[in-house]
Amino acid sequence: MSSISYFISRLLQIIPTFLIVMVIIFMLVRALPGDPAIAMADAKATAEQLEQIRQRLGLNEPIWVQFGLFVKNTLTGNLGDSILLKAPVTEVIFERLPASGFLALYSVLFSLLIAGPLAFVAALNRNGWIDITIRSAFQIGLSTPVFYIGLILLTFLAAKMRWFPVGGYGATFWEHMHHLLLPALTVALYTSAIIMRNLRSSVIEVVDAEYVQFARAKGLPEHIILGRHVLRNALISTVTLLGLSIGNLMSGTLVTETVFAVPGVGRLMLDAIFARDYPLIQGLTLTFAVLVSIIFLLTDMIQAMLDPRLRVS
Amino acid sequence: MTETKTDFGTCPRLLEVSNLSTSFSAGTKQLRAVDDVSFHVNEGEVLGIVGESGSGKSITLRSIIGLSRRYGQVSGEVNWQGNNLVTMPERDLRKIRGKDIAMIFQEPMSSLNPLLTVGLQIGENLTEHTDLDKRGRKNRAIELLEMVGIPDAVNRLNDYPHQFSGGMRQRVMIAIALASNPKLLLADEPTTALDVTIQKQILKLILDLSKDLGMAVILVTHDLGVAAQTCDRLAVMYGGKLVETGNTREVLRAPQHRYTMGLLKSVPENIEPRTQLYSLPGTPPSLLNLPLGCAFAPRCAHAVDECSRAKPPLVGDAHQVACFNPVNQGQTPIGAA
Ligand SMILES: Nc1ncnc2c1ncn2[C@@H]1O[C@H](COP(=O)(O)OP(=O)(O)OP(=O)(O)O)[C@@H](O)[C@H]1O
Ligand code: SF4
Ligand SMILES: [Mg+2]
Repeated sequence: MSSISYFISRLLQIIPTFLIVMVIIFMLVRALPGDPAIAMADAKATAEQLEQIRQRLGLNEPIWVQFGLFVKNTLTGNLGDSILLKAPVTEVIFERLPASGFLALYSVLFSLLIAGPLAFVAALNRNGWIDITIRSAFQIGLSTPVFYIGLILLTFLAAKMRWFPVGGYGATFWEHMHHLLLPALTVALYTSAIIMRNLRSSVIEVVDAEYVQFARAKGLPEHIILGRHVLRNALISTVTLLGLSIGNLMSGTLVTETVFAVPGVGRLMLDAIFARDYPLIQGLTLTFAVLVSIIFLLTDMIQAMLDPRLRVS
Repeated sequence: MTETKTDFGTCPRLLEVSNLSTSFSAGTKQLRAVDDVSFHVNEGEVLGIVGESGSGKSITLRSIIGLSRRYGQVSGEVNWQGNNLVTMPERDLRKIRGKDIAMIFQEPMSSLNPLLTVGLQIGENLTEHTDLDKRGRKNRAIELLEMVGIPDAVNRLNDYPHQFSGGMRQRVMIAIALASNPKLLLADEPTTALDVTIQKQILKLILDLSKDLGMAVILVTHDLGVAAQTCDRLAVMYGGKLVETGNTREVLRAPQHRYTMGLLKSVPENIEPRTQLYSLPGTPPSLLNLPLGCAFAPRCAHAVDECSRAKPPLVGDAHQVACFNPVNQGQTPIGAA
């Protein structure tokens, strides 16, 4: 009961955030010098086409009517046509979303698989040689640019050894897994370093807590102490971090999609920017805003699941 | 409570601690939190350990069940049914911890896992030490919560620690500790964090349970009033060492160590109303910088030359004291401290 009301209140909190994002996007195109309609149209657009865009954006109306129109168009998915791809923006984005979503989840999974166990091992051997080795290795991961790691993997494992395709996304689930393994690993090397650092320090914080000692005083075996009493408590702050590092994940995906030629929204954004495809940029910005909101909502939900103290309404 | 416990020779000893020392490394130095401590606990008795903050009471208890050896070096012997717990491998020690020897921690607010239901936290003890099935564990958990006086126990198993008050959490901890009928309960200041009325209830609860279940208790407290009311025997700690042990009545009526005397004088109930309250001069010693001789020497008004040269050994039979110039009822000219 309280979980549901928590969820709803959390959902309502998204609305103001979203309004602000809409205002910013709305202003963006209108802040450009010259006629927004020209910006939103192909360079070779006819006067007729321009007039059509003006109509859709309501450029002849007062500004608040324009904003109302913008909100309405957005909510109905009418975001105009991409200049670059000559197709409706919504259509283009939905076509590209699955690849990015797959890659993002894949990299999160990788990050957790890499960072989780290593963070634990490092924390439990605090300042020992294992800990120092693990931390140094991740430090290298953190200080190496994502595209560089991507290029190395691409050159050796894909181009030279031919174990992996050098681009694309494949058609079936297993093809996706195969095609996106290197890209996901590339993103994960960076995000796992962040997660590992955070999880390590929260494990260190939790492992000496009184309730852990008390659990030990009960005579519980070590795997229960670590799994039930230490891990869950340590994960709370890591889940927050995971949510907050969604920005990192997105920019990492953007670069990686470009390096590995993955047909995702990250790469689409890059193309849109280079082509000054304003309708597409607008649509993508909105999409990212929605995604970030969903991720934040999700991390909040996971936290509430983990921590009963957050569930009180 | 004290009347039957005078003849220690015939009481079977449940736990025998000999030369227990626990030290932690603090930077380049060694911090000796427990220094060569020896005492015993008889079956069914309540032994009080009193002393100021930082005197090593908690670490003594934690060293008994091997919780301290992860953090420091523990030496000496803790004899439990013929086995030395100090050297016992973790795997075997685990079967004694929480089953035969249970412990209640000092801080009810931080000693329960905030993310797990109270039912689970009681249940996991039962899973470990009993053969009860899921249903049996549930019933036992309810029974335990009822026993420690938690109202509406049936409906509280799925509650989380934050839904309980401090006193109730302390009761939950006691319920967990009692889950598998321990023979010895290590109660580390079970009431300090609570307000006075609840303190009384919790103490009474522990003593009643001890009497009903025939369970021995080591009760750590720094409240001499509490110790006087509840303990059969007392052990006084100072700077990681035992300085005086004996029958509660004797220790309190005729304290021999200068520190015990000072402690007693600082208890408000012991002096005339409206006279100025005595407080021990100085502060507890830093364990990192203990004096060469008696740790109490810098605060002791009765120190003799020897006190700064050597550590006084703990001597005596039923009433032991570690002092070069004890309050020796007429024998010393300094006499009544
Ligand atoms: N893990 C540790 N590492 C280093 N020093 C420690 C550790 N645990 C305890 N100590 C030190 O050991 C000394 C004794 O601590 P202990 O908790 O036994 O005191 P206490 O008598 O229980 O005091 P209080 O009445 O405040 O609970 C303290 O000086 C404390 O700082
Ligand atoms: S040994 Fe000396 S310094 Fe220590 S308490 Fe006794 S008289 Fe005082
Ligand atoms: Mg203590």
